[in-house]
Amino acid sequence: MLSKAAIKELNEIRQKYPDASAALLPALYIAQREFGYLGADAYEAVSDALGVPRAIARGVGTFYAMYKHKPMGRHIVQLCTNVSCMILGAEKLSDFLKNKYGLETGGTTPDKRFSLVIMECIGACGTAPAMLVDDDFYENLTEKYIEEILEKYK
Amino acid sequence: MEKVLLKNIENPNSADINEYKKIGGYRSLLKAFDYKPLDITDIVKKAGLRGRGGAGFPVAMKWSFAYADTKFPKYLLCNADEGEPGTFKDRPILEKNPHLLIEGMVIAGYAIGAQYGYIYLRGEYPGAYHILNKAIAQAYENNFLGDDILGKGIKFHLAVHRGAGAYICGEETALIESLEGDKGQPRMRPPFPVNVGVFAKPTVINNVETLSNIPLIIEIGDEEYSKIGSSDCPGPKLYCVSGHVEKPGVYELPMGTILRDIIYKHCGGIKAGKNLKAVLPGGITTPVLPADKIDCPMDFVSMPKHGSMLGSGAVIVMDETVCLVKVCHRALKFLEHESCGKCTPCREGTGWLRSILERIENGEGVEGDIELLLSVSGNMLGKTFCPLGDGAASVVQNFIKHFRNEFEEHIKDGKCKFKSLRV
Repeated sequence: MLSKAAIKELNEIRQKYPDASAALLPALYIAQREFGYLGADAYEAVSDALGVPRAIARGVGTFYAMYKHKPMGRHIVQLCTNVSCMILGAEKLSDFLKNKYGLETGGTTPDKRFSLVIMECIGACGTAPAMLVDDDFYENLTEKYIEEILEKYK
Repeated sequence: MEKVLLKNIENPNSADINEYKKIGGYRSLLKAFDYKPLDITDIVKKAGLRGRGGAGFPVAMKWSFAYADTKFPKYLLCNADEGEPGTFKDRPILEKNPHLLIEGMVIAGYAIGAQYGYIYLRGEYPGAYHILNKAIAQAYENNFLGDDILGKGIKFHLAVHRGAGAYICGEETALIESLEGDKGQPRMRPPFPVNVGVFAKPTVINNVETLSNIPLIIEIGDEEYSKIGSSDCPGPKLYCVSGHVEKPGVYELPMGTILRDIIYKHCGGIKAGKNLKAVLPGGITTPVLPADKIDCPMDFVSMPKHGSMLGSGAVIVMDETVCLVKVCHRALKFLEHESCGKCTPCREGTGWLRSILERIENGEGVEGDIELLLSVSGNMLGKTFCPLGDGAASVVQNFIKHFRNEFEEHIKDGKCKFKSLRV
């Protein structure tokens, strides 16, 4: 079940579109926020709220990279390793996250503080290497800078 | 050249409507409402504006097709899904100059007879999502959006639709599918979106930068506008430069600026005094250019004559330490991940290409692998549903065309000699 606040938010978003199914992507974002990730409960809730078949909701949700299908850490470290970031050292930073924090690609630290997602270009190529932590951009990364940044996220 | 698209972005409050109005914002909108819709399309046609998303299609042509259709309502979509790796040119407009885009969209909506617009924003720009929503709310408060804009009886509503991480949604029919709440898989054309687009209604889809050119065209007129940049591709152009240059970033320059000048004059040349090896001039799927082939004007017409494409104007500069087999592999890894799975040559081909490139890069390549890459990519080229598969095939073919020796060396030596040079 979605919370009352989420249902209200969804109903407002719903008004932006001529039909309910167009609100599926925003609805999945809301469900992900509410449930932490998109599991069977989340898909059922979205499907019921919009009147979209469960199979469609799940099919669409699994198509897009930003919907998560397992529990995530409290903060999501989203490191870009595409070409512009790669040639400026993103792979070493990925190794650093693994060695220093035990963060494997797609993995979560045992204390549930961080999850690591390897991204396909986040549009910060001019300030590569770059990452997003939750919704915030961090650019011109170095190992030392990553340590400083992650200190802020508890 | 005086900045237009990036005007005022040093101002920390540039995204605020009052700051935008202070520099003359929304004046073009007022002026545009004095014209008839078709007159605006005519001005845009004479200005010679081409779509900045990558294809370079004449904007006025799309507009006139949608205007002529008799189905209502009509829709205007802004493609803000810039996902081509290396591309970050629309981000400063979205984050720092959102009202320029909104003003352009209201004018474009008026020209095509659209009453509803959506900005399809890539999921990876959470900051821009909030900024755009705030800017749209301000535009409503100021009566630049709504049922009766500025008391002129013109209706245009605008909303942001946030994507969720799928490169393919930059392709316009996939974008439509995604906006309708479906998987982003491209549609068969015809019918074209200008006739049967989103919600089965006439739809124009223009890139952020394209729409942001509209207020300028209305302000200075087509004659003045067409004096900027190349004669067959006029206007200002945003070039976003990344990789091994001293000063990477987004540069607003006249369309047709020479690639060498972008790298050496504007971006301060190659980082740390190293030598240039190769450039991807318009994002990772545009044909790679070796260091001695960069004296080309960066516009839609000239670049194909010089063996590449303007693409999104995303210039990725690579110095002599870069392994191009690795870059090619990384590009294919990306394209395999982003293939939507709809058509076989792309779905299967991207995976095979990636896997062959992987073994070559890892020093496990075997004799015949280069021919195999050419054969697989040759069977994809021109045989896929949308440009993603073509792009994948063309990446491989062009890296081999210009840097075959590097692939051969990897196979012969059984290793990548650049590995130790990696930063």
